[in-house]
Order: sequence, then C-alpha cells, then structure tokens
Amino acid sequence: MITLGSYLILSGIIFSIGLLGVMTSRSTLKILLSLELLLAASNLSFVAFSKFNGDYTGQLIVFFVILVAAAEVAIGLAIIVVMYRHLSTIQADELRTMKW
Amino acid sequence: MVNPQLVWIAFFAPLVACILITFFLLKSKLLSSLTAIAGILTSFVCSCLVFTQIFQSNPPNELQQSLSWIHFDALTINFGFLMNPLAIMMLLVVTGVGSAIFIYSRGYMEEDPSSPRFFAYLSLFAFSMIGIVLSNNFIQLFMFWELVGLSSYLLIGFWYAKPSAADAGVKAFIVNRLSDFGFLCGIILLWSLSGVGANRSFQFTDLAAVIPGIDPHLLTITALLLFCGVIGKSAQIPLHVWLIDAMEGPTPVSALIHAATMVAAGIYLLARTFFVFEPSMTALTFIAYTGAITALMAAILAVAENDIKRILAYSTLSQLGLMVMALGLKGPMQGMYHLTTHAFFKALLFLGAGSVIYGLHHEQNIWKMGGLLKKMPITAITFLVGTLALCGIPPLSGFWSKDGILALAYENNTVLYVIAAAASGLTAFYMGRLFFVVFWGNAPVAHGKNHHETHESPAVMTLPLIFLAILSAIGGYIGIPHYLFSQQEPEALNMTVAAISSIIAVLGLVFAFMLYGKRNTQDPLIAKLGGFYTALQNKFYFDAVYTWYVDQVQQRVAIFLSQFEKEIIVRLCIGGITNLARNGGKTLRYLQSGLVQFYALIFILGAVILFLFLSKTL
Repeated sequence: MITLGSYLILSGIIFSIGLLGVMTSRSTLKILLSLELLLAASNLSFVAFSKFNGDYTGQLIVFFVILVAAAEVAIGLAIIVVMYRHLSTIQADELRTMKW
Repeated sequence: MVNPQLVWIAFFAPLVACILITFFLLKSKLLSSLTAIAGILTSFVCSCLVFTQIFQSNPPNELQQSLSWIHFDALTINFGFLMNPLAIMMLLVVTGVGSAIFIYSRGYMEEDPSSPRFFAYLSLFAFSMIGIVLSNNFIQLFMFWELVGLSSYLLIGFWYAKPSAADAGVKAFIVNRLSDFGFLCGIILLWSLSGVGANRSFQFTDLAAVIPGIDPHLLTITALLLFCGVIGKSAQIPLHVWLIDAMEGPTPVSALIHAATMVAAGIYLLARTFFVFEPSMTALTFIAYTGAITALMAAILAVAENDIKRILAYSTLSQLGLMVMALGLKGPMQGMYHLTTHAFFKALLFLGAGSVIYGLHHEQNIWKMGGLLKKMPITAITFLVGTLALCGIPPLSGFWSKDGILALAYENNTVLYVIAAAASGLTAFYMGRLFFVVFWGNAPVAHGKNHHETHESPAVMTLPLIFLAILSAIGGYIGIPHYLFSQQEPEALNMTVAAISSIIAVLGLVFAFMLYGKRNTQDPLIAKLGGFYTALQNKFYFDAVYTWYVDQVQQRVAIFLSQFEKEIIVRLCIGGITNLARNGGKTLRYLQSGLVQFYALIFILGAVILFLFLSKTL
C-alpha cells in the first residue's frame, strides 16, 4: 500500500540529495542539476498532496514550477557559458571576485 | 483729552528717520542730519502738545493704549503706551535735550566721513529711549531696554577702527548683559507672582493692583532682581566700570546717552515701577546705600582724573548715585526732579566739553588746556553755568533738585545725608578744578600742535549750548516739581539743609580755586595725596579685580568646560556611537565572502530557523 507518507519520504530524500549537491559540488553545472532535483522533489510533494486531497490546485502549481524551472535553466546555462568565456572555468569557487 | 495719535507719532518719528537714513541717505551728510533732526523735533513737538493736553485738567489726564502683540494660552504680551505725568516729563527731557544734541551733532560730526551712520544710530537710540519711557508693560520695556543697550554699544564703538573704542563698546555691552540677566529674572518672577494662569500680567497697571497680595519676602527678591537692571544701566557700584570707558564714543553720544537719558533710564524705571519697591524696606535700604556709596566713590575718583570727558562721566556716576539714593529713601519725585535738571546741565557740560575738544582738535587732557575763557567765551560761560548748576549753587536748577534729595536724606537717615553732603562737596571741588584748569589762567606753552588756532565753535554748536544753559539756569523755576508731584504740593525748602549744602558747595569751589587758580602744569594733588592718589588713578582697582577674575577664574573654568565638551561629550559619547557603527560594519562585512555556496548555506540555515520558529508558534 503506497501512502502519502511514502511519497513525502521519497520527496524528502530527493530534496536532501539536491540540497547536498548544491552545497558540496564545485561545478556550477552540477549545482544547476541539483537545483532541478530540489524542484522535482517539491513537485512530487505537490502532486502527492493533490492526489490524496482530491484537489487539482497542486497539479496546477506543478505546471508553473516546470515553467519557471525551464526559464531558470535557460538563464543558469547562459550564465555558465558567459562565466566560461570570462574565466575559462565553471568551478563555483573560482568565482570569488564579488565580495567586500 | 490726550490725543493718542500724537503719542504714536512721537513714538515712531525717530524710527522713521532711522529707516530713511539707513536705506536712502547714507551718502548724504546734509540730508541724513536734517532727517534725524526732523525726526526728533517731530517727537519733541508732539510731546509738548501731549504735555499741554495732560495738564489741562486737575488731576492730570492719563492715557493707556495697548495692542495685542503676542498671545499664547496663558501669556499675553501687549505693545502699547502708558502716558502719565511721570512719562511725559521724561519724554520731554529725552526729546528736548535730544533735539539740542542732535542739532549740536550736525556741527560736531561735520568733518566725520561716516556721519550719516552716526545719525542713523542716534535716531535708533532716540526711538528706543522713547520706547522705554512709554512702555506700559515689562516685556516691551525690556525689549527697548536692550535696544538702548544696542544703540549705546553701536555709538560707543562708533569709531570702530580705534581699538579702545571698540573694546569700550564691548565692555558696556557685556556689563549690561550681566545686569540685564537679573532684570529679566525679576520680570519673570514678578509675572509668575502676579496671579494664576491667564490672570498673570506684565502690565504696570495690573501689577500695581496685585502687589499688596504678594508675599513680602518674594517681593523683596523681585525688587532686588529688578534693581539689578538699574545697577547695570545706571552704572551703580559695582557695575559702574563701563560708563567711564564709554567716553570713547563721540561727545554728543556721551552727552545724550551716557549722561542725560539712557543712564537715567534706570532711575526712571525705579520711579515708574516704584509700586514694586515701595512695600519692601530691605530693598529700599539696599538701593539707598548702593546709590550713596556710588555717589561718594565716583566723586572721589573724579578728583584724580585728567580727561575732561571722564571727569564728567564720574560726575554723572555720582549724580546717578544721588538719584538712586533718593529713590531708596522713598522719594521718586525728588529723584526724577534731579534727573530732569541733571539732564539739562550734564548735557550742557558734555556739549561744552565737546566744544572745547572740537576747538582744540581732539585734545582731551585738561592739563593741555587753559585760558579758554578768552578764546571760547560762549563755551566758557555756558560751561560755567552748567558747573555752578551741578555744584548746587543757588539759584540755579541743580540747587533746587539736589536740595530736595539732601533734605530727604537729612530727615530720614543721617548716615546717608553725610555721605551725600560729602559727595556734593567733592562735586563742587572737582568741577571747580575742571573749570579753573581748562578755562582760567593762560594757555599752556604750546608744545602741542595747533594751540594758536583755537577758536570758538560754530553757531550750530553754540546755540544748543545756550538753550541748555538757559534751561540749567531757570530749571528750578519752571514748575517741574509741580508737574511731577501733580496735586500734592512739594514741601517747602528746608532752610538748614539749603544753607549747609550751599556753604559746602561754595567751600568746594573756593578750595578748588586756591589749588588750581594759578597756572599749573601738573596736578598739585599728586604730591599732597601720595599713595592714595595711586589708588585713585587705578580707579580703586575695580578693573584690576575684574580682569583678575576673568583671567584667573572665569577663563580657567571656561577652558575646563571646553575640554570637557571636546573630550567627554564629543569624543566619548558622540564619537563612541559613530565608532560603534563603523567598527560593526567593518567586522560584519567579512560575511560577504563571494562564495555562492556559502550564501546558499546561510540561506538554508535561515530557512530552517524560520521553519522551526514558525512550527513552534503555530
């Protein structure tokens, strides 16, 4: 029997993996991928809640999130390309010029 | 009936003159002087008309008019005038003597390039002085009181390029500020005692009605605080020091402000608000002794002075002391009578001295003068009239008024009478000294320049002298006491006092003639008085003590306070707050590391904390 709890636990695991990826990976591409995981985890929760509550608002929000994620990826990749042109690297810790 | 329009015209005519000169006529010597003279003459003529209207009926008419000036909840300040016999007599003195001096200044200041400025100041002074005379409440009076202080400062320092004149102006201003602080405190105290809430008042007429209900001790304090103002303005001991230095100003200024009118404002204030002083014996006694000591001390100091104007300044001090003493002996009318005649003969003496100074090309040392009787006959004779009037030789005006004061002292307080009589004798002596040295004998050997050119002054200067000499001579007969005392008849002449004071005066003059009748190049008193003479020359060390106090005490306190302000307040308190902000910012900015993932970490931590916080509260 698959309960709401199972979905939420799966969602939590995916979210944690994404969070860990954002925190630990050096490569900006990996950070971007991990961000997608975060979004996917939240999408999963939304859909699960939607199904178990019989309310389609959650699924509606998921469409918006996918839309925003697409835009975010487009901008994120553009930034990475520009960064590569300027610094010849895509390592996040090389990008330290914007500080005090 | 009294016509209020006339009073307002008399009030504001000099101000109009002052404004016209300041804005349009600063380039023209002739027009500026004529405007100023027209202004003061307008006031004088209006005052004369008001005078006749006041004394049409018996008892004399009084008139009060007030415009609401400042109005808060519980505080109402009016701008108006209170016209009564006392005010009109003082107004006549101010505008009458003022007119003579304005006309005289036309001649005296002819050669000065900035004489239009002089006439503007003089008109401002006339306006302020009339304001003091007419004010019907304490706040308005105080405002004009400060305005005469200001015009006095401007006129003493008129020749501002001369350091001594500029310093003297500042000294006068500061000394008066000291006393006016007490005066203002007195005004506020009196106001707060005068009623409850909106009942309180600054108006003289209202205050006179509530005085009997006030606690006598508080009233004594109030009276003494008000007297502080008089001590400064009328140059009583110990704040007399400014008046002597004030002689740095042009001579007409000395005549008008520092002899005839402004310094008499203190006496006038005492007489006008006598209802405050009358119930308090303590205050009156203090006032009487202050006056008497001033009178005697100034008379002693005058003996050792060599500057013609400064001798007259000491004499003014001495006479002011006598007037204050008269007020302290419950004789406001005797005081005002002497004020009036004193205004005549002291203005005359100063203008005479000015004429001498003018004739001798700004020489003021009496030992470089001599034999001027032949060269400047009009000046000499009018000066003689003034001298005799001041000494109290009958039947000149000074005899009658001074005798009134002496009789008052004789009947009430023997100590005060002796002091006043001694001051009178000394007055005769130093005035005799002045007259004989300056006008008698022969001119000194001309080691100075220009002595052979000495000549009589022009008519524009001698005519005011003659006018004032006539007033000084007949001042005792034109019924001044009758108008001042209104219905009540003045007391008959006290023959004992009159005889004694006449004898003292004649003795003083004779003694002066014996010492100074023949030509001297140096004061024979120096040898006779010895060490005492040195004390006299140092003016009893008042200035030295004040200088010591300012340098050693006040200056040190001021430096300490200045350091306290710089170090404790600025550096520690105010600087501390800015340093806190600056150093806090310096430290915290290292959080901005530039590492995107670090920001993400902080962000997540923040989100977690927020989540925990919300889940707790929900």
